[in-house]
Amino acid sequence: MNSNNNTFTDKFKNFSFVLPAFLIFSVFYIYPFIYTFILSFHRGDAISGLEFVGWANFKEVLIYDKDWWRSMYNGGFITFWALTFQNILAFCLAMGVDRATRTGKIYRVIFFILPVLSEIIIGLLMREILISNPGILNQWLKNIGLGFIANNWLGNNKVLLTTALVHCWKGFGWAFVILLAGLQTIPEQLYEAARIDGANAWQTFRKVTLPLLTPVIAMVLVLTILGTMQAFAMILALTRGAGGLTEVPVMRIYNHLRGSQVGLACAEGVVLGIMLIAISFAMLYVSKRIRRRWGVLPS
Amino acid sequence: MYYRAKKIVILILLHAFLLSVALSCIYPLIWMLNVSVKTEDQFRSDYGMKLSVKPDFNNYKTVIFEGKLGSYFINSIFYTFITVFFIVIISSLAAYAFARLNFPGKNAIFFMFLAAMMIPLPAGFVPIYILLNKFFIFFNTTFPFLQKWAIAERSGYVAAMTNMGLSLSIYLLKTFFDQLPRDLEDAAKIDGCNRLQIWWNVGLPLVAPALAVVIIFNAMTVWNEFVLASLMFTEDKLMPLQVGLMEIYNRNIIQHTLIMAALALAALPIILLYLKMQKQIIKGLTAGAVVG
Repeated sequence: MNSNNNTFTDKFKNFSFVLPAFLIFSVFYIYPFIYTFILSFHRGDAISGLEFVGWANFKEVLIYDKDWWRSMYNGGFITFWALTFQNILAFCLAMGVDRATRTGKIYRVIFFILPVLSEIIIGLLMREILISNPGILNQWLKNIGLGFIANNWLGNNKVLLTTALVHCWKGFGWAFVILLAGLQTIPEQLYEAARIDGANAWQTFRKVTLPLLTPVIAMVLVLTILGTMQAFAMILALTRGAGGLTEVPVMRIYNHLRGSQVGLACAEGVVLGIMLIAISFAMLYVSKRIRRRWGVLPS
Repeated sequence: MYYRAKKIVILILLHAFLLSVALSCIYPLIWMLNVSVKTEDQFRSDYGMKLSVKPDFNNYKTVIFEGKLGSYFINSIFYTFITVFFIVIISSLAAYAFARLNFPGKNAIFFMFLAAMMIPLPAGFVPIYILLNKFFIFFNTTFPFLQKWAIAERSGYVAAMTNMGLSLSIYLLKTFFDQLPRDLEDAAKIDGCNRLQIWWNVGLPLVAPALAVVIIFNAMTVWNEFVLASLMFTEDKLMPLQVGLMEIYNRNIIQHTLIMAALALAALPIILLYLKMQKQIIKGLTAGAVVG
């Protein structure tokens, strides 16, 4: 039964359900989207007046600004650690918890506490623990007999690595939950069939788990890249940029906005956004190719 | 016998690994709670390593009243409640329309909301900041008598935050509305309900589980938001908790126990909410990941 007669007023009444969402979305997503591009070709303050400068901001960002590329390197460095260390750890934990069904739930509850806490809380808490005075982590290490690792964690040599590790520490629970959800969708019968065929643990992992999990892994990798390259608040709370040593791209955009270099900030945003979109599409394409090659996806 | 021993050894190693990671997650949090009930002198002598036998809650008192944490906290609750209320109403209306009603451009608009979740806008806060600033100036010169309640600032921030949660909420609720049997709605229609009444009386109660996910997930997002809030609010009395924590840290940089009390107060509601509602939170997270 369909009483929606197709008069104009009827369609308009139907559309009015979407209208509030559409208005808010237009003002706070579509308009910023377009305005970012427009602003990136301008210089000056948006309130007192803008001056068209053509490609100058992009030239500045892409060619002359060494600090921008350093911030991209810092972001890339943290992303590299998140992609390797964080995700491999999360994967191992997910595999372990997937097997230990009886205690699995409590582990999942604990591992996911850190991702639900805010970036500022984690950043400030770890700053208090890591900062050389009073040096809490160094005290802990001394107490358990690992005093020789003690270090000036937020000092110039270590600060970027420390930031990357804290980021992984906060983020692994998130990757863990998604990977575990993926693992639990693999039907038990497949494992049984593999066991009956005489496959050992490695073969089961290589021929059953890994191919079926490829789409989930690809998704986690893409979201890790997107999330980490845009991470900012935790790093601000943890190190304050450490004089450029841990300045990440979004922190630079934020600082340029505060220093009323709006055009430059937008140009940087456009460059970063395009790079991120390109990377995520490339990753999804590769993942599809892999799945096709292994014959998991009906191509 | 050999296989059994091997299995036990593997299990022990596995649990040792899992337990050590779990410990690394909660030890810093327990340490934080422990330090927050110490005096500064006690902290200097044992670095929070020893359990506080006689907890001293003066830090909490100081940080709430003198450190203004109380006012930051109330602001955060205010922003979170209003934003989540608007997200629930607006997104459930839109999701219902996308699932059940017909109008031109339906698929295009829905696709736009989905695309918004996938296209990163790393500098999105720049134009929003400029736009809202223009709005503040316009509003406060037009209605100067409303300035002392900072209506423009608060409502601007709430509107911007509402947008942040819309896409995921609409997607989640639409998948729920799609699964509902149409018979109930048809029955309501025969009984004389109009669209709005069907949405309110039939649709919303039936998608209550999805609404719970939307509420919890968005509440956490708004509560934890920092970037836009730190740009919007320069006055102490308007700041939400996350911005306030940075202020408290900067003002009391050497009083470690005080800072820990502030962090503990900010973390506890989220941890309690998480422990109570972790199913919904995890559902929201995995739903978001599936789209991306």
